[in-house]
Amino acid sequence: MVSLAVDNMLVGKDEPKGFLFENCRRNAFMAKQGVTLPKARSTGTTIVGVIFNEGVVLGADTRATGGSIVCDLNCEKIHYIADNVYCCGAGTAADTEFTTRMVSSKMELLKLRTGREGRVISALRMLKQYLFRYQGHVSAALVLGGVDVTGPALYTVYPHGSTDKLPYVTMGSGSLAAMSVFEDGYKVGMNEEEAKKLVRDAIRAGIVNDLGSGSNVDITVIKQGSVQQFRPYEVICKKSERQGDYTFPAGTTAVKSSHDMVPFSALRVTDEEVMEIS
Amino acid sequence: MSILEYNGASIVAMKGKNCVAIAADKRLGIRFQTVSCDFQKIFPMGKKLFIGLPGLATDVQTFANELKFHTNLYNLSESREISPKVFLSMVSNFLYQRRFGPYFIEPVIAGLDPKTDEPFIASTDLIGCPMVTDDFVVAGTCLEQLYGMCETLYKPDMQPDELFECISQSLLNAQDRDAYSGWGGVVYVIEPNKITKRELKARMD
Repeated sequence: MVSLAVDNMLVGKDEPKGFLFENCRRNAFMAKQGVTLPKARSTGTTIVGVIFNEGVVLGADTRATGGSIVCDLNCEKIHYIADNVYCCGAGTAADTEFTTRMVSSKMELLKLRTGREGRVISALRMLKQYLFRYQGHVSAALVLGGVDVTGPALYTVYPHGSTDKLPYVTMGSGSLAAMSVFEDGYKVGMNEEEAKKLVRDAIRAGIVNDLGSGSNVDITVIKQGSVQQFRPYEVICKKSERQGDYTFPAGTTAVKSSHDMVPFSALRVTDEEVMEIS
Repeated sequence: MSILEYNGASIVAMKGKNCVAIAADKRLGIRFQTVSCDFQKIFPMGKKLFIGLPGLATDVQTFANELKFHTNLYNLSESREISPKVFLSMVSNFLYQRRFGPYFIEPVIAGLDPKTDEPFIASTDLIGCPMVTDDFVVAGTCLEQLYGMCETLYKPDMQPDELFECISQSLLNAQDRDAYSGWGGVVYVIEPNKITKRELKARMD
């Protein structure tokens, strides 16, 4: 059965699950030859979270860096885990993205299996067990927040799998700047506006004082039964207007050959029949 | 020296009004020695979908073949073209699978949605972190120069001919300041009913 074989390949039934290590020996050999292996894109980040009287406010900046190059001016660092749980990510960008995606899918399955809304603590346990298994090599530093039947909950998860449960938390390279704002301004039982303002100030401190953080403040507010996302909540550093017009007139570029193609389909239609459904 | 600089490459993609463009240089070298000036770095993956692969040449070709195989399978089993968004997911999943033993490539994706013709550009790093932008994406050995050129020349909502001029000048002037890339250039401008491939005249040093 051809279709079955194709189907198996497509869903990867024949392929091993999880990470693949085929290139490791080659890459280690190349490293031994004296070439430096490239670094992945990271989010040298400011991410924060704070509990207020009705729920949790999560905040993040929007800069992604590769070395000293700013790769992305407006990246999304507040990831969806479930309808009532969100997670901010710092560290290697791919790790935070894929780890949160995996936990998000596991939380959805858990919800369908149990028929109840998932709890923040479940997501926390999945994250820490996964990260501990990889001994810090999956470098995701996370701020996990949400509201469930037990009320608001806020945690930090470190790349090695340790966690903290605190009323106000910061993570990433801008965490010191942000924490200084929290230590100064945090009060027990703040209302939503006060909490949002404090988170905005904390992220701003990161954006201004930490070179790994920049651009905008993103905020997500999670309350019992509602989530509000502000993306951006505030643009801290706006791109300046271009002064001159540097447009090249048509025909500037010397073209050796030009070749027009009609987009052709990989699928060749040899026969078409329209069936009516009654 | 980074392994991404071993063969040298520079690739840029830009979004215009109802169109996208992707451009690459043509050099293949072994460090400072140029081996070829007609090396393919942009690969068609669908009707109006292209991927540019800068990085280690052996991985470029291996990965391009792997992607072509899987897009062909997708076309056959789904009986439809792969959309750029789905293709980006595929690319980043393949790369993240090799998180601890990566391919040394930094893909750039440009295309129009097969149904809506909506322009789409994106890039990932070597372990597959996806990045979707609204203006331009760059990758390769002269990434810094390309960022500089694009930040100066790019404007939103360009027509196909303006877009061609903008992306070509960005590429040519960036690669002239990079020893590892250059030796010609190729530009694809993708419009809803037409794709134009142009070979650029460039400095051959």
